[in-house]
Amino acid sequence: MALSVREYRARIKSTESMKKITRAMELIAASRIIKAQQRAQAAAPYARELTRAVSAVATFSNVDHALTTEPENPQRAAILVVTSDRGLAGAYSSSVLKEAERLVEKLKGEGKDVDLYISGRKGEAYYKFRQRPIVEAWTGSSDQPTYDVAADIGARLIEAFLAEEGNEAGVAGVDEVHVVYTRFRSMLSQEPTAVRLLPLEVVEGTEAPSQGDVLPLYEFEPSPQEVLDSLLPRYVQSRIFFALLQAAASELAARQKAMKSATDNADELIKKYTRIANQARQAGITQEISEIVGGVNALADANASQD
Amino acid sequence: MADSGKVLHVELVAADRLVWSGEATMVIARTTEGDLGILPNHSPLLSSIVEGVVDVQTAEGETWVAAVDAGFLSVADNRVSILAERAEMSHEIDLEKARHELERAQQAGENDDQAQEAVRRAEARIRAVERAN
Repeated sequence: MALSVREYRARIKSTESMKKITRAMELIAASRIIKAQQRAQAAAPYARELTRAVSAVATFSNVDHALTTEPENPQRAAILVVTSDRGLAGAYSSSVLKEAERLVEKLKGEGKDVDLYISGRKGEAYYKFRQRPIVEAWTGSSDQPTYDVAADIGARLIEAFLAEEGNEAGVAGVDEVHVVYTRFRSMLSQEPTAVRLLPLEVVEGTEAPSQGDVLPLYEFEPSPQEVLDSLLPRYVQSRIFFALLQAAASELAARQKAMKSATDNADELIKKYTRIANQARQAGITQEISEIVGGVNALADANASQD
Repeated sequence: MADSGKVLHVELVAADRLVWSGEATMVIARTTEGDLGILPNHSPLLSSIVEGVVDVQTAEGETWVAAVDAGFLSVADNRVSILAERAEMSHEIDLEKARHELERAQQAGENDDQAQEAVRRAEARIRAVERAN
């Protein structure tokens, strides 16, 4: 109880204003998360139709494509790490980064070099601080990703994947591409996940044709090869967009949770400080009374002895 | 398959939303090979489309017009899906803005691939609005 009442009052005040901020952030995250979920739902039809088209091509034609062929001897891998732009979201970014580190270790253990591509300022700062090279970073839209960003990232990764070894364009070719992002399972649980994006493994028959139906024999225009050429990059971009949207929803959910516990903690602190401040105030009053009483007694004693 | 009748079920999907869906009697889209009309009971088809205008004639005789980016068209079982990264119905397009964008894109340069794409996109949007009116 070393502090004076005034100092406790100041602490209560600052905790209260902090509580206001965390409370506001909690509410903002809560309202945005609904929007983020709606966006994820709105993007679902595109992904669904695209998957259907890709599996149609994969099932009904046997065309090989550069994006689906396994390189014989993979030596270099790219990892796209999806983190947030801002902090105050609990362990959100660090758990993605931890998952990414695990993947890096695993790939290095398999004798592959790793190129890092980052989305989100937090991830960029993490690797910059450790002075580890990043090939490219995209920042500024982690909580509201647009398709354009996903298209940009996708184009860049595909370019890296298709680049020949030792080309003169300065693009380091990679043999596989992984994505580490946070999967949104529910408001309460988000899970960092690592998936391999390229080479593509097309999940065939996402909607299995019912038995007895004759499988539709697709016509391709202009040709299966060309349709596949434009279909697959879009498929990759839509997968990245999906990852970004999931990550955005997860980020907001993590932030809401973190801010909720911060607000609760602030409440606790305020309660504790108020109690201590009251105690200090009472102690002060008691002390003053006993000082006055002591003083009065001393005066009375002095007067009595004079008389 | 055949018992689903004489209508097409059309879905016009952009990357971030479902733009339009409904029943139609005819769909016209521009593929890399040229304009393509699809009537009910069309054989399964998967095709790339270019920036342009998509016409949809509904069973009620209405015509919906949309401007789309390059993308895909797939037909199977009287289901038509048109996939494009960006797609807009004609009534969502701001004509003034589209004209503005066209001008800007034209000024940006003729040799630039991106500018060319922007020109084609803006033209498609303007055409869509004009066709609808």
